[in-house]
Amino acid sequence: MGDADITTSAWRLVEVGRVVLFGAGPYNGRLATIVEIIDHKRVLVDGPSKDKPVPRHSARLADLSLTPIVIPKLPRASRNGIVRAAWEKENVDGKFTESNWAKKREQFQKRRQLNDFERFKVMKLRKQARFEVRKTLAKISSKA
Amino acid sequence: MADNKPTTKKFGKSDRSIPHHSEKASKYYPAEDVSAPKKARKSIRPAKPRPSLQPGTVVILLAGRFRGKRVILLKHLPQGVLLVTGPFKVNGVPLRRVNARYVIATSTKVDLSGVDEAVLKKASEDGYFVKDKAAKKTGEEAFFKQGEMPEKKEASKDRVEDQKAVDKALLATIKKEAHLVDYLSSTFSLRKSDRPHAMVF
Repeated sequence: MGDADITTSAWRLVEVGRVVLFGAGPYNGRLATIVEIIDHKRVLVDGPSKDKPVPRHSARLADLSLTPIVIPKLPRASRNGIVRAAWEKENVDGKFTESNWAKKREQFQKRRQLNDFERFKVMKLRKQARFEVRKTLAKISSKA
Repeated sequence: MADNKPTTKKFGKSDRSIPHHSEKASKYYPAEDVSAPKKARKSIRPAKPRPSLQPGTVVILLAGRFRGKRVILLKHLPQGVLLVTGPFKVNGVPLRRVNARYVIATSTKVDLSGVDEAVLKKASEDGYFVKDKAAKKTGEEAFFKQGEMPEKKEASKDRVEDQKAVDKALLATIKKEAHLVDYLSSTFSLRKSDRPHAMVF
């Protein structure tokens, strides 16, 4: 028998310092960090973001999505000021807006607001772009 | 003419006016009730389409032969319907009346300036869209005609002319905006995961 190769899983854990995204409720679409785990269904969150803050409150984990961002070594149950300082130091807002997740989210929201004609134009332009990509791909693959 | 005037009669000391016998109330109720027509308490009001249905709006037809087509709203007719056109050259929808209920108004607008007002006025009159009645053949002749191919329907010359007159200015403006011609010639339909109540039109 060979040696068992054990690697830790790369799961996003519900942990203190984990940045979460609200997917429902009054803070839908806003970011916060877990400050304390209350039980297996609820956590205490605090979102000291400048333009879209989330007040410190107990939130359902069912309403939250875990992001890959973690504020490292955030002390358990730290107060708002400490969370804010750590949040700014870690540049959470900046990191999230740069992520593909945030960009896709924004795109979806924009698309949802389009009117019928604009939707049609998006469809048309996407077709054109796809055609160009396929054309160049066919050119390259025929050469090789 | 008989004299229907009441007469005066003296009863004891006083005079009393006695109505003519034909003026007296009947002794009996009428055997059959005469039905009086019910008074209508509603008044005829002109149709008021939704505020989103302004002339020049691109609308999506939802019912009838041209369902799914995106057409241009030209005018509200006094008959309480909308006058639309494809334009005919773009998507095959002629000058046509549609019910405002069976239409989705989009937020896309087309400039209607330059459209022939006289033709619109002509089309908004009663009887413009009514078909000319062909003389009905009866009896033996009609019976033997059944097996034959029906004659091809031809649009009347006037209607063709009117269609061209209306569409000419429209086509010029439509062509100015990119993709608008393609948009009007395409049809609307719901795809998977399309939720019409949540969509913006």
